[in-house]
Amino acid sequence: MQDGNKGSSVTPDFSRREFLKGSGAAMAASAMTTAARESRAQESKANGKVVSGPVDVTLNVNGSDHTFKLEPRVTLLDVLRDDLNLTGAKDVEETSAAGADTVMIDGKAVMASTRLAIDCEGQKIRTVESLRDGNRVDEIITGFVRHDALQCGFCTPGFVMATRAFLDKKPTATLDEIRKGLGGNLCRCGTYHGITQCALEIAQKGGA
Amino acid sequence: MGREVSWKDRGANTLIGERHPRIDGVEKATGTAKYAADINTQGTLYAKCLTCKLPHAKVVKLDVEPARAIKGVHSVHVFNDVDSEIHWDGALIAAVAAERPELAEDGVRAIQVEYEELEFWVDEADLQGAIEAGRTKKRDESAKGNVEAALKSAEVVHKGYYGIATISHMCMEPHGSHSQWSADGDLDVHLSTQNVSGTAGQYVLPLEIDAAKVSITCNYVGGGFGSKFKPGDWGIACAILARDARRPVRLMLDRPTELKIAGTRPSGFAEVTIAADAEGNIVAWDSHHWGTSGIRGETVRANQYPYLFDFDNRNRKATGIITNCGPNDAWRAPSHPQLCALTDTAIHDVATKLGKDSYDVFMQNLNKTPRPGVYASQMEIAAGLMGWKDKWHADGTGGDGPIKRGVGMALHKWGGRAHAATCTVKVHPDGTVESFAGSQDIGTGTRTCIAIVLAETFGLPLSAIRVHIGSNKYPASGPSGGSTTIGGVTGPNRRAALEALWKILDLVAKEHDVQADNLEATGGEILHNNEPVCTWKEACALIGPMPLEVQGQGPQKDGLTDQGVGGVQMADVAVNTETGQVRIHKIVAVQDCGLIIDMLTAESQVYGGVIMGIAYALSEERIMDNLTGRYINADLINYKLPRIGDIGELVVEFYQPDDQYDRGVVGLGEPPVISTGAAISNAVTNAIGIRVPVLPLTPKRVLDALKGGQA
Repeated sequence: MQDGNKGSSVTPDFSRREFLKGSGAAMAASAMTTAARESRAQESKANGKVVSGPVDVTLNVNGSDHTFKLEPRVTLLDVLRDDLNLTGAKDVEETSAAGADTVMIDGKAVMASTRLAIDCEGQKIRTVESLRDGNRVDEIITGFVRHDALQCGFCTPGFVMATRAFLDKKPTATLDEIRKGLGGNLCRCGTYHGITQCALEIAQKGGA
Repeated sequence: MGREVSWKDRGANTLIGERHPRIDGVEKATGTAKYAADINTQGTLYAKCLTCKLPHAKVVKLDVEPARAIKGVHSVHVFNDVDSEIHWDGALIAAVAAERPELAEDGVRAIQVEYEELEFWVDEADLQGAIEAGRTKKRDESAKGNVEAALKSAEVVHKGYYGIATISHMCMEPHGSHSQWSADGDLDVHLSTQNVSGTAGQYVLPLEIDAAKVSITCNYVGGGFGSKFKPGDWGIACAILARDARRPVRLMLDRPTELKIAGTRPSGFAEVTIAADAEGNIVAWDSHHWGTSGIRGETVRANQYPYLFDFDNRNRKATGIITNCGPNDAWRAPSHPQLCALTDTAIHDVATKLGKDSYDVFMQNLNKTPRPGVYASQMEIAAGLMGWKDKWHADGTGGDGPIKRGVGMALHKWGGRAHAATCTVKVHPDGTVESFAGSQDIGTGTRTCIAIVLAETFGLPLSAIRVHIGSNKYPASGPSGGSTTIGGVTGPNRRAALEALWKILDLVAKEHDVQADNLEATGGEILHNNEPVCTWKEACALIGPMPLEVQGQGPQKDGLTDQGVGGVQMADVAVNTETGQVRIHKIVAVQDCGLIIDMLTAESQVYGGVIMGIAYALSEERIMDNLTGRYINADLINYKLPRIGDIGELVVEFYQPDDQYDRGVVGLGEPPVISTGAAISNAVTNAIGIRVPVLPLTPKRVLDALKGGQA
C-alpha cells in the first residue's frame, strides 16, 4: 500500500471487479462499500475526469461557500464534521443505514456519509445547525422536544433533518405516510413513538 | 413546615410528576450537544483500528512499520503483538492515528499481519455439539421441594424448548473517546461513558498516571445500555496514541467492531418441564438451560430461574458454552429479558394445555411472586387497555385466512435502588441556583430531573436552575446502570436543596421577625402563613457576598428513594403464515416506579424499553457463522433493528396509586425492556397455535416452526 504516501489509495489500474474477484465471498460485502466509494471518487469531479490527490473543493453549506483541499475519496460527512466542525450530522461509523448523518442537499434528505464531498459542489447543503438561530429554533425542533422524541440524542439531529425534508415534501402526511417516510433512520433508544407524534401533530395542522 | 427530609405531599407539587420536556432537548435536537465523537480540538488526529477477522488465532507476524511510513500517520499502537492469542472475531490488533480518517485507514491497510488459525467453537445453541467439543462449563444445579412427586400428581405436564439469541448493545455512538495531554502531563478525556465519576482510575495502571491528573468529560453519551462503564482497551489506546503523537486523538470504534467486541447480551436456551393442577396452580418446574457469554462460558443467570415465580417444587440446571465470540457486558436488565422469555413462555404453554386463558394462569400464580397485589392490579389495568378478554382466544384459532391474530402477556420485576451519589447545590446571592454532580445522561433525563427537584424545592421555575453534570471534577456520582440514576441524583439534590432552603428561611425569619417554621418558598416568593414576605431574590441577598453551598448525599433511609418495581406487558400481533412475518398491532405496558419526577421522560423510558423489546423479539440477533467463526451480520443493514413503522400502537400506563408515590423514587430504565419479548412470543403462539421456540421470531424461524421443524 505505497499509494498511501501519495495521499491516495486509488491505484491507476484499480478495478472493482478484479478486486471483488480476488476476495472471499464473506469479504465482498464489507469491501463493497469502500471499493464503490473509491471507484466513484475516481470518476468524480468535472466531466468524469480522473482525479487523485488533494483537490480544491468548494461547498455551499448553510448558505456560505467554503473551499477545502481534499482527496476525492473524502465524504461529505467527514468534511462537515471534521473540517467545518458542524457535528450535528452524526457519524455512526457506517455508511447508509442509520440516517444519523442526514442533511438536506437541494432540499432532499441525504445521508452525508453516502456522498463524496466533491460530488456536492454546486449544490446547496443544509445541516441541522441551520435550524437554530440563537434561541430561535425550527418548529421541528420544538416539536421533537415537546414530544420528548429523543433520549440519548445521537440519532436525533438526523431524524430532525429527515422529518424536516419529509414534511417539506408532504406537509399534510398521514400516519401511514409518516411511518413509511421516516423509515430511513434508526434509533436505538426507542424514540419512534415521540417522533411519530411530533410529525403527526405538525402534519395535522398542515405542515411547518 | 417541619424540617424532616421528605418529598412534598403529592398534591402540593407544582412540578414533580408533571410532563416536562428535557432542559437539554434543544441542544440534542439541533446538534449543539457535543458527544465524545464530536470533539474536534485543534490538531485532532483520527484513529482507526485493525481487527482480526478470525475467531481463534495466534498472531505470528505483525509489522506496523509500513503504517508509520505513510505520510500523515503520527502514531501506531499495538494491542496484540506476535504470539498473542486472539479469541474472537473483531479482536483489536493495532490502531493508527493520522491527520485524516482516510489516512488512518490507509495506515491500517498497510499493516502486515499473519495468523496461525486455531480451533474454534461459536455455536451457542448446540449443547450436544459443545459437550462433544469439550466446550461446556457446569454453572448451576439446585433443587427445591419434590419435583418428581409433584409431576406425578399434576393435572397436566408440559415439556417445551425455548431460547433467546445473543444480541449486541449496538450503541448509536460507538464506544470511543477523544484524548488530549497537556504540557504538564494531565490527560483530558472526552469519553462516551455511563460512568463519569468511576473511570479515571482505570487509566492509572496502563498509563502510569495519577488518577488526579485524569479529567473525564461526558456531557452527552450516544447510548450505553450497560456497555459503557469502562474506557476499554480502545480508550486506553486513544490516550497512548495521543501521548505518542503529542497531538489530541479521537478513536471511535467502527460499526462492525462496535457490534463484535463492545458488548453483547448472553444467550439462553432451555428445556423445561412445567406442571399444573386443575386450578392452574403451577406445581412443578424442572429446567436445564444453556447458552453463551463468549469465552468465559457463562449463560443467563441461573439463580433467578424460573423468573419472578418461586415455585414450591423446582429443579434447575445451567450449563455455559465456551464460544469464540465477542465478550458480554451488562445489557439493560442483565439476564432478566432472557429469563422472562424462558419462563413466561412455558407458563403460557402449560395454560394452553390446561385449556385456560394464560391471563388466568398468571393471575392464579401471583402468590408465588414478590408482589402479588401490585401485579394483580397491573394485570387488570393492562387487560382493560388491551381489551384482553375480547381479543383472547384459544391458541391457533387466530383467524381462517393466512394472517392470524393473537395476544400474549408476560410479567417482570426489577430492583432500581438509588446508587451512591453526592452533589453540590449552590445558591447565589442573586438567587440563581446551580447543581453539580459527576453524573451522566444516558437518555434518562438526568439534568431535567435534577432541575425539577431543585425548582420544586425552591419554588422557582425550571429555567432558574443550572445543572452541571458530565465531569469527574464534580462531586462523585454513581454509574448509570441498574436503573439507579434518577433515584441516585434526585435524593442528594433534594436533601441538599432542603438544607439550603432551611438556611435561607432562617435568614428571612430573622430579617423579617417571623417564625421560620411558618415560611415556605413558592412561586418565586417566600410566604409566611401564605402571605408574601419577600421575593426569592431578596431572600438570597441575605446570604451575604458568598454563595451558599450545600453537599447532598445518598441514598439514605429517609424515604426519598426505594427499590423493587414490577410491570406487565401485553402484545397483540398478526402473523402472516405465508411469509412468516410478525407485525405488532399493539403493546400495552403497565409499570410502577414509585414517585415519578418527570412524567414525560418516564413515559419515554417505557416506550424505549418496549421498542428495544420488539427488536430482540422479532429481528435483532448476532449471527455467528459456524464455518468461519465470524459474526456475519455485524453491520446496520443486516443487524436488523425495528424502524419507525415497525412498532405498532404502544400504550404506556403508570401504576401509581398514592402508596406508590409514598415509596419515593425507584429506577425505571431497565424494567420496561424485560417482558416484551415473552409477551410477543406468547402472542405469536396464540395466533398460530405453535410455539416458535427461539427469539427473535424471524420469518425463517416462524416458517420453520409452521413446517414442523425446530426453529
